[in-house]
Amino acid sequence: MSELCAVVGVGQTQHSAKRDDVSIPGLVREAALRALDDAGMTFADIDAVVLGKAPDMFEGVMMPELYLADALGASGKPMLRVHTAGSVGGSTALVAASLIQAGVHGRVLCVAFEKQSESNATWAVTPSMPFQPPVVAGAGGYFTPHIRAYMKRSGAPPDVGIKVALKDRLNAIRNPYAHLHMPDITYEMIEESAMLWEPIRFHETCPSSDGACAMVLTSESIADATSKPPAWVWSTAMRSEPTMFSGRDQVNPQAGRDCAADVYEQAGITNPREEIDVAEVYVPFSWFEPMWMENLGFAPLGEGWKMTVEGATAFDGDLPINPSGGVLSSNPIGASGMLRFAEAALQVRGQAGEHQVPGAKKALGHAYGGGSQFFAMWIVGSDKPEGR
Amino acid sequence: MRDVAVVSFAQMPSVRREAQRNEVEMIGPVVQSAIERSGIGRKEIGFTVSGSSDYLAGQPFSFVMALDAVGAWPPIRESHVEMDGAWALYEAWVRLQHGDINSALVYAFGKSSPGSVRDLMALQLDPYCVAPLWPDAISLAALQARALLDRGDYSERDFAEVASRGRAAARDNPNSQVTGGADIDALLGEPYVASPLRRHACPPISDGAAAVVLAAEDTARRVCERPAWIRGIDHRIEPAALGVRDLTSSPSAELAAANAGVADGGVDVAELHAPFAHQELILRDALGLADGVAINPSGGALTANPLMVAGLIRIGEAAQRLIDGDATRAAAHATSGPCLQQNLVCVMETKQ
Repeated sequence: MSELCAVVGVGQTQHSAKRDDVSIPGLVREAALRALDDAGMTFADIDAVVLGKAPDMFEGVMMPELYLADALGASGKPMLRVHTAGSVGGSTALVAASLIQAGVHGRVLCVAFEKQSESNATWAVTPSMPFQPPVVAGAGGYFTPHIRAYMKRSGAPPDVGIKVALKDRLNAIRNPYAHLHMPDITYEMIEESAMLWEPIRFHETCPSSDGACAMVLTSESIADATSKPPAWVWSTAMRSEPTMFSGRDQVNPQAGRDCAADVYEQAGITNPREEIDVAEVYVPFSWFEPMWMENLGFAPLGEGWKMTVEGATAFDGDLPINPSGGVLSSNPIGASGMLRFAEAALQVRGQAGEHQVPGAKKALGHAYGGGSQFFAMWIVGSDKPEGR
Repeated sequence: MRDVAVVSFAQMPSVRREAQRNEVEMIGPVVQSAIERSGIGRKEIGFTVSGSSDYLAGQPFSFVMALDAVGAWPPIRESHVEMDGAWALYEAWVRLQHGDINSALVYAFGKSSPGSVRDLMALQLDPYCVAPLWPDAISLAALQARALLDRGDYSERDFAEVASRGRAAARDNPNSQVTGGADIDALLGEPYVASPLRRHACPPISDGAAAVVLAAEDTARRVCERPAWIRGIDHRIEPAALGVRDLTSSPSAELAAANAGVADGGVDVAELHAPFAHQELILRDALGLADGVAINPSGGALTANPLMVAGLIRIGEAAQRLIDGDATRAAAHATSGPCLQQNLVCVMETKQ
């Protein structure tokens, strides 16, 4: 039986299009120091550091964990670097949790970042390689055919995406760290914004952000002794499947369904819609909210869009999705997954400030990456897992 | 901790340029071989983790296509480190401690031939103040070698002796790449690549791939007559700035070796990931290896150095000697970063 793990410190940077007030070490330290401060710790208390980020080419630094070792207080300590595409922020938290659950360490600092202003991520993800089908369309061009397939399958009304974008951008106003603060946003403004990749309009897509996120994870005895309430890790799961093969369902990937089933089973959850109070789900393009509602088992097949339309996923709905504003409001790619995991932890700790969902006791953090093929999830709770 | 062992190891012969096959095609047979040798069914593998670098492939998300070599269907529990595969093995060892799964596949690949790897490694340095000067990998190693010579304990002849021993050992290793002569005086007659390093004191440029299967407790005993039990594994990192480090020693390797328990028993064989000859001398001291220890019987990284793979190969080579019954206790080491910045040490034994 593995050891219990808890989140005792959470920190994130101010996310924006260009953080030219800080270097890369300055950016990651901003998040790390806030997480340590939240945990009532310093770098000296930390046993090991796990760093995650998406492709090194986004900043032009090869294996930046080497360069960032001392900035993150890792000198003389173990340091790991995770890279699992867009899910990496979530995977980084899972690797850090794994170190605690294995009983190897008592206090682990995990950090994820991206400083996207150093390059152009849209084109950095679409190189033309020999013997590989070129994407040459950016992430949006890759994912919108899946969205169109979803619309056709589900018969969803064409404006579900607009409603998701409006909801997430309104949520972001409550989150002081969010990149996009658009208090004047309206349905019409989103509808009239430029069509980028049919059916995704400019205001239905994530921004490109500079930002970082950090968490301090500890073992049970250390978490029991902290002054602020910890978020207890009830379950963790990751799943991967290949990018392309005949018959693969990219709209509702098996890896996502398996990962969700695993993370629920470990947490003893049989009815996720009822038992989970709030979820932070990786939605980089508006339509992924209804798609993931089905993949995560919150809605029956073909009915995820109804949750959006009926307001179930709104801040005051029965299952608020992305009260932080989500990836649609802040997207430092490598950190985006960890932000989902960290926001879930903030909710069950009662530390989410103005975007706190009242009474949240159990939350899901979700991240995906690659061609909808890498999934990382955890469930955190304000109480210790039952029976522990 | 739970007992976890290396139960199989496979690698492709390192080559200067693998022009025919892409990374997926390089990994496929290696993974297949490691799994077959392990006696554990592919679907039985509980966790898969790999190590590689996008910058070698010249492509973001290069590990994504590599997943095709594993057969990740139905979907698998899988992760990836942007590091040498030795650290992927560490992650797998940690994961196996949870107790819910009993085996793991670890693989690594690196294809250095498409780019100029000597220059490329400059991108690991401070991107604001150092990398723009493009200090290349061999020049940085030469600074370290010069500092070691200045300390006065070693000479250029010692570097040549390390290379000579590696080359002689590599003759028996079909996976090695360097076949050059081993006569020390002849080696010392070579011109400098970057003083005080001559060609023989520098690693070859290699394309390669390797895979290891780990198994826990009864699973390991069931599938392997002499599993290479991991008795200790630890890794440590040092600050990035070369100016704040004493390059003539390796405190991170020393600490990792102490935590892994190298000194808790006699070591028969040590595989040290020393891409440059002088680094083997630094590491031998850091690990506290006695004179009788067989160091790098595979020939070491001086005779085959596929980046992101060479560290995992050290663990695999050392484990294979235990599995084959040629040794009973081994130390394996992996390094990353300029001038031995980050080091991992793994101690394995055949003793139950």
